[in-house]
Amino acid sequence: MWRFVGGRLLQAIPVILAVITVTFFLVRIAPGGPFDSEKAVIPEVKAALEAQYRLDLPLGQQYLAYLRDLARGELGPSFKYPGRSVNELIAAGLPATAELGAYSLLVAVVLGGLAGVFASLKPNSAQDYIPMSVAMIGICMPTFLLGPLLVLVFGIHLEWLPVSGWGDMPGDKILPSLTLGAAYAAYIARLSRAGMLEVMSQDYIRTARAKGLPEWQVVTRHALRGGLIPVVAFLGPAFAGLLAGSFVVETIFQIPGLGRFYVQAAFNRDYTMILGTTVFLSTLIVLFNLLSDILAAWLNPRLRAQYGEA
Amino acid sequence: MSTEAASDALVAEQGTSLWQDAWRRLRKNRLAVFGLCVLVLFVLIAILTPWLAPYAHDDQNLDLGAAPPSAAHWLGTDIFGRDLLTQIMYGGRISLAVGFVATAVALVIGVTWGAIAGYVGGRVDAVMMRLVDILYALPFMIFIVLLMVVFGRNLLLLFLAIGAVEWLTMARIMRGQVQSLRQQEFVEAAISLGLSPATIVRRHLVPNALGPIIVYTTLTIPSVMLLEAFLSFLGLGVQPPATSWGLLISYGAETMEEYPWLLIFPGAALTLTLFALNFLGDGLRDALDVRGSGD
Amino acid sequence: MALLSVRDLQVDFTTRNGRITAVNKISFDVESGKITAIIGESGSGKSVACYSLLGLLPTPPASVESGTAHFEGRDLLAMNEAQLREIRGRDIAMIFQDPMTCLNPYMTVGDQLIEPLVYHRKVSKAAARERALELLEEVGLREPAATIDQYPHQFSGGMRQRVMIAMALINEPKLLIADEPTTALDVTIQAQILALVAALQRKRDIGVIFISHDLSVVADIADEIVVMEKGHLVERGDRAAIFEQAQHPYTRKLLDAIPAGSKAVSTAQRDDLITVNHLCTWFGQGKGREPLRAVDDVSFSIQRGEVLGLVGESGSGKSTIGRSLLRLVPVTSGEVLFDGTDVTGLEGLALKQMRRRMQMIFQDPYASLNPRMSVYDALAEPLLLHHIESRKTVEQGVLKLMDDVGLARAFVRKYPHEFSGGQRQRIAIGRALATRPEFVVADEPVSALDVTIQAQILDLMLELGREYGLTMLFVTHDLAVVRHIADRILVLYKGKVVEQGTGEALFERPQQEYTRQLLQSIPGRALLA
Repeated sequence: MWRFVGGRLLQAIPVILAVITVTFFLVRIAPGGPFDSEKAVIPEVKAALEAQYRLDLPLGQQYLAYLRDLARGELGPSFKYPGRSVNELIAAGLPATAELGAYSLLVAVVLGGLAGVFASLKPNSAQDYIPMSVAMIGICMPTFLLGPLLVLVFGIHLEWLPVSGWGDMPGDKILPSLTLGAAYAAYIARLSRAGMLEVMSQDYIRTARAKGLPEWQVVTRHALRGGLIPVVAFLGPAFAGLLAGSFVVETIFQIPGLGRFYVQAAFNRDYTMILGTTVFLSTLIVLFNLLSDILAAWLNPRLRAQYGEA
Repeated sequence: MSTEAASDALVAEQGTSLWQDAWRRLRKNRLAVFGLCVLVLFVLIAILTPWLAPYAHDDQNLDLGAAPPSAAHWLGTDIFGRDLLTQIMYGGRISLAVGFVATAVALVIGVTWGAIAGYVGGRVDAVMMRLVDILYALPFMIFIVLLMVVFGRNLLLLFLAIGAVEWLTMARIMRGQVQSLRQQEFVEAAISLGLSPATIVRRHLVPNALGPIIVYTTLTIPSVMLLEAFLSFLGLGVQPPATSWGLLISYGAETMEEYPWLLIFPGAALTLTLFALNFLGDGLRDALDVRGSGD
Repeated sequence: MALLSVRDLQVDFTTRNGRITAVNKISFDVESGKITAIIGESGSGKSVACYSLLGLLPTPPASVESGTAHFEGRDLLAMNEAQLREIRGRDIAMIFQDPMTCLNPYMTVGDQLIEPLVYHRKVSKAAARERALELLEEVGLREPAATIDQYPHQFSGGMRQRVMIAMALINEPKLLIADEPTTALDVTIQAQILALVAALQRKRDIGVIFISHDLSVVADIADEIVVMEKGHLVERGDRAAIFEQAQHPYTRKLLDAIPAGSKAVSTAQRDDLITVNHLCTWFGQGKGREPLRAVDDVSFSIQRGEVLGLVGESGSGKSTIGRSLLRLVPVTSGEVLFDGTDVTGLEGLALKQMRRRMQMIFQDPYASLNPRMSVYDALAEPLLLHHIESRKTVEQGVLKLMDDVGLARAFVRKYPHEFSGGQRQRIAIGRALATRPEFVVADEPVSALDVTIQAQILDLMLELGREYGLTMLFVTHDLAVVRHIADRILVLYKGKVVEQGTGEALFERPQQEYTRQLLQSIPGRALLA
């Protein structure tokens, strides 16, 4: 098992390095420098600025210097917010995004998992059709449509919940978490239903029933583990999707998180910020993928044994 | 031995191929048929928009401004007094085009890649699929945002970028299909008959691998459309004066308190299309009896 | 009084095409201390009948329409789910066909084993574990203490079935229902499991229902035999009555389908069509790993017109030899001479021409036909490819082949999924014969078929073999079948030839220990004499 984890960690390193490299050069070959927008910058000032941000060095040296900084955990200074480092900006945005992501994931796993398992217990009945229809709506209703609609209904018409903000008013975390988690809850509902149906048709479920176990024990002891492995494997991709979705949700609900900073940085052509955030988020995603892979493998004794010896 | 073939006059009973079987099952699935109808209708409208649209694409009526639905403007107008129905029809052209073209890009790359890896096997397969694994691990959503930022909002680039993400899954599915089919006894039988590899691929592998590919293609189109809408909503996708449903929703969201119809109608158009495609995809999955998770 | 007394049991299924009566008013008794065998081919309703007793059928689509099943005086069919649960796994336990899929892969064997004991008897886990260890010992698992905490995938098929038996017996049930418990196992393992079931039953003096498709399997162990056909109970009686004085024509047909006797061997010496010298086919070489030696230095020859039988258990390399001869797997070393030409080195056109002369018939008639090609397409493909028929005459060629293999001409436009297993195998045989081959490898061509169909297909193959003058390599795990069809037999074990000879010589005077063991494992040996 540990070999498997170690092996996967080693595999993650070239991926992360590739992300850094591609992002770095993409950003550097982008048309238009960061200071082009201010019309008449005095050449000397511009030169000084470029020196400060190491833009005067050859590209290769800039890259190496950036890698050296990264090794020390330094993401460099921001172009747009002079005097502030990308590290500080990320540190400022991370808590809100992390909290939003955690709540959304919770919504997705708990709501989606329960709905999927519930639906799978009586396939092709109302107990199946109703949650699965809701899940279908969840899949077809994009985050950026669901968010405004929820705001319109619960924020503006019913005035039950605040329409924006994060931690400013009681209950203002509910709508963003629901908005972001909904689509993934829907996916997880479909995945867990399919997984459970697959497992419930296996021979060993019949064995469990032949032992005289009550149905709830058959489900919890024998079916759940196998049925939910696809869900666990989906958590990695879901996490990546949630992060991207947070760009939208943080914009809609005006949450001061990483996602909003990222989108703003994109518009402001704040290159070091884009670079730093991309590297940071990508590393996070790669690691989370790794985690969900390991978890899924660990849940399956056969894979566990395979990795144990390999 | 020829007991049952006594009569030479041949009255052949027509058999039902698996395709005919699947088509019959699909026709029985009301949601899938509904999805197919909606889809065909929307595609027809999109093609015929320049002739069907009630107003010209850039017709403004600043005096009118944003007006709720009326006899003259069935779905109302936006803040510049532009007819919303016309906007949605033109937006649909872009949204559907992105969906279909990017999926086609993914289809061509993915199927070719997966078929080669699966059929050749061995070291070629290992290298090709390793590359797919690495690309899979990359956070593509962020990369597409980055691409749009760096190269500007370019529709062609959008097609390619989205297509480049989606081909990975297609390649995996195709490879899995080819690999499992290659071990089937009927392929061994074809080899021992002396058929050439090209004939085996064409007559024995492709027709059998087609089912999952069709299903996954149908399910890729909505996810691509969603991605485009997502980027356009952030202002990183389609650029005015061109429009798409994502862009319309983004404008609608800004003014939803005063003019809710500007959010609701484009949203409904997008959601309905996604519904149609997903229902059709699910229906095809059942009809073609494709197992496993396409989600 | 009988332990279990079933009367007028009827079970229906609701399908897309209407209602089907799977079990039609059957009645039988199971006595305590006796083994009652229920025999029938697929679709006879034998399993459905037993599952319905314990409420293990999914309802819908299944529904019990009528009948009673009195077990110790209480009617199982009148019980609700909670009452049935009390009985399942405590008084009536089950063993299933495929030990590979019937154990939960996510739980250790020990945890699964003690579940019935902990649930029904409220025994503490520690005490249950003690009992489980005793039982594992009793069913013949080596080192139970070391293996009880392993997962099912770490056990072989035979060992898993022993675990299943231990699990069924852990509550000391009064009735044991065994659903084809040995069908998925190798013949030597099958003999061990059969002996184990019989021994445990005698020791505990319990009633057993033994469901099987194969009369010979139950020939040694059954006390009572119930024969079912298409949902009906056609005959029942004690073992002697069924085997010696069967009344019903279907029972007699089943008995006749058991291949018996050795093939009469012609003594005429003919020249060798195939000569195999030091054939090795290894898999998974490289990277410092020990290769799997599927076929390890095998030499033999086949005379023109001869049927050579190749027998062995799973993993013996018998299928790999067939595939190596036809160049379907890469040969590691050695030579295969076909009519004097070494086929292992052929490429391109020479290989294609050689392929025409040697064909294969596969085991699984569901997998060996392209599901998207009609019979016509499947048979026309080889005819056109090798220019045996022209575009104009191909239709006549296809129809001729259909006549030869006994398929109605009217089916020519139908697709594989519209045929039964036996019919599909006929199509596959037709396809193999289409190229007018001289040599055919038949890889377990009848093991996926029902017994009565098996007999028909074997007869067809023998007849066509004579008609077409075929030389055949007949690969099988079934000793009775091979004795019936082959002129000469090769016994394989772990990739090597252990013994070879005519059927008669091999069966009467086996020279090697492994061959003797194999022969002793044949179920119902008495019937084969």
